[in-house]
Amino acid sequence: MNILIIGGGKIAYFLAKAFFAKGYEVTIINRKKEECTILARQLKATIVFGDATNPQVLKDAQTSTMDAVLAITPNDEDNLVICQLARLNFGVEKTLAFVNDPDNEQVFQQLGVTIAFSTTRMISNLIEQRTGFEDIVNLFSIAEGKVNITEVVLTKDSPVLGKSLMETNLPENCLIACILRGNQPVIPRGATSLCCSDHLVLITMPQNHGQVLKMLTGSNI
Amino acid sequence: MTKAENLYIIVIGCGRLGSFLANRLSNEGNSVVVIDVNSNAFNMLSADQFSGFKIEGDATELAVLKQAKIDKADVVIGATHDENVNIMTAQIARKKFNVAKVFVRILDPNKESFCKILGIESICLTSIAADKMIAALNENSNI
Repeated sequence: MNILIIGGGKIAYFLAKAFFAKGYEVTIINRKKEECTILARQLKATIVFGDATNPQVLKDAQTSTMDAVLAITPNDEDNLVICQLARLNFGVEKTLAFVNDPDNEQVFQQLGVTIAFSTTRMISNLIEQRTGFEDIVNLFSIAEGKVNITEVVLTKDSPVLGKSLMETNLPENCLIACILRGNQPVIPRGATSLCCSDHLVLITMPQNHGQVLKMLTGSNI
Repeated sequence: MTKAENLYIIVIGCGRLGSFLANRLSNEGNSVVVIDVNSNAFNMLSADQFSGFKIEGDATELAVLKQAKIDKADVVIGATHDENVNIMTAQIARKKFNVAKVFVRILDPNKESFCKILGIESICLTSIAADKMIAALNENSNI
C-alpha cells in the first residue's frame, strides 16, 4: 500500500513509522525545508519539499500511484484543496483530512473528502464516553491516542449477548482482545460467544470507538 | 454596469483587492458584508463609500459564514491572499448554501483548471497580468 502524508511534526513522524511497521510505502510532503531534512534523516520515507496545494508538487510526489492521501496540515483550507486535487487531478480514491473546526467534518465529506476528522470532536467524544458510562473504562491509549484500549462490561441490555464474535459484525480496525468471564480469561476466536457480565478488553481507534461501543452496549453515545 | 437590483454580496478578505471591491460595490448601492481575520484590515474601507457590515473572523470557520448570513447571499467573492481559503469558502458557498454567483481570486495559474473542475469561477491575477504584459509587448514590437 502506498500512502502519501502531507504535513509535519510528530504526527507525520509517528504515522509514517506506524505505516512502515505495517509494511506500507510512505511519502511525505512538507513545505518547510528544515523539517524535510530532519524527516529524511529519521525515516525511510520519500520526502518531498514543497507546497502540496500546488498540483506540480503533488505530481512530483507521484500522487497518482497512491492508495490513500492523508492531509494533516494545521490549515483546514489546505487539507481540503490537497484532498480534492488528489482525487480529481490524480484519481486517488481514499482521501483523509484533518480539520480544526468540527463543523468542517461534514462539509468536507460533502465536498468529496473520504474521511474528515476533528481532534476537537474526538476529545469531546472521549470525555463524554468516560463520564457517561460506568460500564466502560478507558484503560489507556497508545501512539498518542491513535489506539484506545477499553474495558467494557456487557450488561443484560447488550444487543450482542449470545452472539459469536463472527456474528457481531464489528467494523474494521477494532478487536476484542480478551474476555474476562468470572475469573477466567478467554482469548476469543470468531466462534466464541458473548455472555452477560463478560468483561471485554477492547482495542479501537478514535474513528470507530463510539460506533463499536454502541454495537456492544446498545447505548447511544 | 447597469444596476438592475441591489445585491447581497459577501466579500471575504479585506486586503487591497477585497477593500477596493467592497468600497465600490457598497458605493454602487449593494448590501455588502466584509469578513477578515484581522480587524485592522477594515481601516482600508472608506467612510465615504462603504456603508456595509464588517465581521472579524476566520471565513474557514462555518459559524463565521453563517454569521454573515451566507444562505441569503447573492454573490460571494473570495478575495483573501490565501487562494486555498478562497477556494474552500467558495465551494461551501456554492455547494452547501447554493449561492448563485461565486468567484475567487487566485494567483497560481496551475489552479485555474482545478477551479473549473470544482465548478467555481476563478480569476487568476497572474494570468491576467501576464496576458496584458504580453499583449503590450506585442503591440510595442509592431511599431
